[in-house]
Amino acid sequence: MSTTTKRTREALNDALREEMLRDETVFLMGEDIGVFNGAFKVTNGLLKEFGEQRVRDTPISENTIVGMGVGAAMTGLRPVVELMTINFSLLAMDQIVNHAASIHYMFGGQVKVPLVVRMPQGAGHQLGPTHSHSWEALYLHAPGLLVAVPSTPADAKGLLKSAIRDDNPVIFIEHEYLYGQRGEVPDDPDFTVDFGKAAIRREGTDVTIVGISRMAVTAARAAETLHSEHGISAEVIDPRTLRPLDLDTILDSVRKTNRCVIVEEGWPHGGVGANLAALIQEQAFDWLDAPIGRVTGADVPMPYSKPLEQIAFPHEPQVVEAVRALFGE
Amino acid sequence: MADPAQPRSLPDPVAAREWLQTMILIRRFEERAGEMYAKAKVGGFLHLAIGEEAAIVGCARALREDDYLISTYRSHGHTIARGSDPNAVMAELFGREGGLCRGRGGSMHMFDLEHRFMGGYGIVGGNLPIAAGFGLASDYLGTQDATLCTFGDGAINQGTFGETMNLAALWKLPVVFLVTNNQFGMGTALERHSANTDLQERGQSFGVPGMRCDGMDVVDTYEVCKEALAIARDERQPVLVEAVTYRFRGHSMADPEEYRTKEQVAEWRERDPIVTFADRLKAEGVIKDGDDEQMDADAVATVDAAVAFADASPFPAPESLYDDIYVLGDQLQGWYSVDERGAGVSRGEHLGK
Repeated sequence: MSTTTKRTREALNDALREEMLRDETVFLMGEDIGVFNGAFKVTNGLLKEFGEQRVRDTPISENTIVGMGVGAAMTGLRPVVELMTINFSLLAMDQIVNHAASIHYMFGGQVKVPLVVRMPQGAGHQLGPTHSHSWEALYLHAPGLLVAVPSTPADAKGLLKSAIRDDNPVIFIEHEYLYGQRGEVPDDPDFTVDFGKAAIRREGTDVTIVGISRMAVTAARAAETLHSEHGISAEVIDPRTLRPLDLDTILDSVRKTNRCVIVEEGWPHGGVGANLAALIQEQAFDWLDAPIGRVTGADVPMPYSKPLEQIAFPHEPQVVEAVRALFGE
Repeated sequence: MADPAQPRSLPDPVAAREWLQTMILIRRFEERAGEMYAKAKVGGFLHLAIGEEAAIVGCARALREDDYLISTYRSHGHTIARGSDPNAVMAELFGREGGLCRGRGGSMHMFDLEHRFMGGYGIVGGNLPIAAGFGLASDYLGTQDATLCTFGDGAINQGTFGETMNLAALWKLPVVFLVTNNQFGMGTALERHSANTDLQERGQSFGVPGMRCDGMDVVDTYEVCKEALAIARDERQPVLVEAVTYRFRGHSMADPEEYRTKEQVAEWRERDPIVTFADRLKAEGVIKDGDDEQMDADAVATVDAAVAFADASPFPAPESLYDDIYVLGDQLQGWYSVDERGAGVSRGEHLGK
């Protein structure tokens, strides 16, 4: 399979373009996605290529943009809505949770909502407490939604293509840090990544590290350090989608390594790691040689000041430290 | 709104009779639903539309078959007017498998895709953006379908009202927004919840012209909605219509009605949309004495049958709890729902492969 080196934002752009070429019912809506080419340039050039009918700049009305996407999805279209950050998605929470997630169920399966809502998250750009959070846990909470958290350019492309083709509402969470990161992306326009299939980023025998979104990258770096400096062989798993969840791959790994650390950028209370730790201890308790460790973002609104912001989300040393603690080091 | 001294002409006699028959059916259905609620056959909240039948039938009959109608949590009448089987509507209230939505939605969440009744919605103002989405799809796909979105006077103060008016006007969507002004947002009177009580005017600054109809007069409601739909469909200009009406019963079954006087209710009941329309049809020779009694007997029989059907319909099976959370496709795998209801280790619901 031939590949090309791409940045995540280019891979996402390719996914949107390919799916729009493949299916005329796919269209884009969002704030500044057209003339401005996207706040993070993910939709760069698409207005020029597809025109205003299919690439629609919207007013700043998040709840209504998503709600129109819900309605259009119920009546034959495949809308892809971009929200400028995950913080702004809270303005659309009513349409996402009360409507998009519930409609197929509450109307007895009569109608489907093939809607994708894309949104970037993540700290590190000094955007303070209204533009920097990581909230995959919020959307994981709601049955009826699918949740994707890609961490590589190839997964970003393959999962977005799957999301657009899927008949369910998908919350597609991108990470601002990852937009500029490069990776090999398959050239095949039929390349997709299935939902519910985790990626094992690195094989190992001593500990399983599960990393969510950008933290899959941080976890992989920590695993290299653990190997080279501490002689610990870590297996790194990126679930890629949180719902559906490839729990089997995680459990298989934990049964092999007998230890587990979960790394996420979001808050600790009610987080992805809290949830996953509960599932793992319930189903693999007898295989665990140590308590399940968690490394999370700080339990604070994201501060602006650089030194404070940098200690408010996890970095490689915290992951290394959390793993070593499981070995009594 | 037509001059009360010069009412609009009646439609053809077949239509006029059918409108009356449908209004009577909705009235009898709602009354029986209330009785069934008192008997605990119906749970949750039950919002009845008694008094609003003209506003319901008038707007529903202004629609073409392929047009979309979307409503609120007070929507039993809308879905019946659109053609839904009253048996299935009653069974939905009873929470039964034979209900319109298999008992998943209940009173506030009726839905009937086959008749393009696009749902009752429990969040005040939540249906407005969705209606605009239907309009967007009609526009995008190049169909001639229009959408009529009803909501109450209480919803006009939600943010989605302004957002949706703006977007519908900006994108020239074929949608008629029908604000059913029944004078109260739950227990808060219009003049206590809105600084500007001229509701048909509220869309104008967004570029959505307003019209008003007498929501107690099925003919006026029909004609105004018909005109508004023509503007929306042919000129791609969304319109806001205010139907002035009144609900004779409380907001829901749990409403002591301390916010209004018995005299006010009695005054509006004088204008009962069914009685006034039946009287008019008799006066103009469309029906004769006794015809309306026969229609009433037919409606009662239909409602009797609906109750019998609902009673006989089974409750949903426990193992169907997880049905229809997702559309299960080929590309999904893994665990999509976790089952932690009991002490045992249960993995929940798993997909494919």
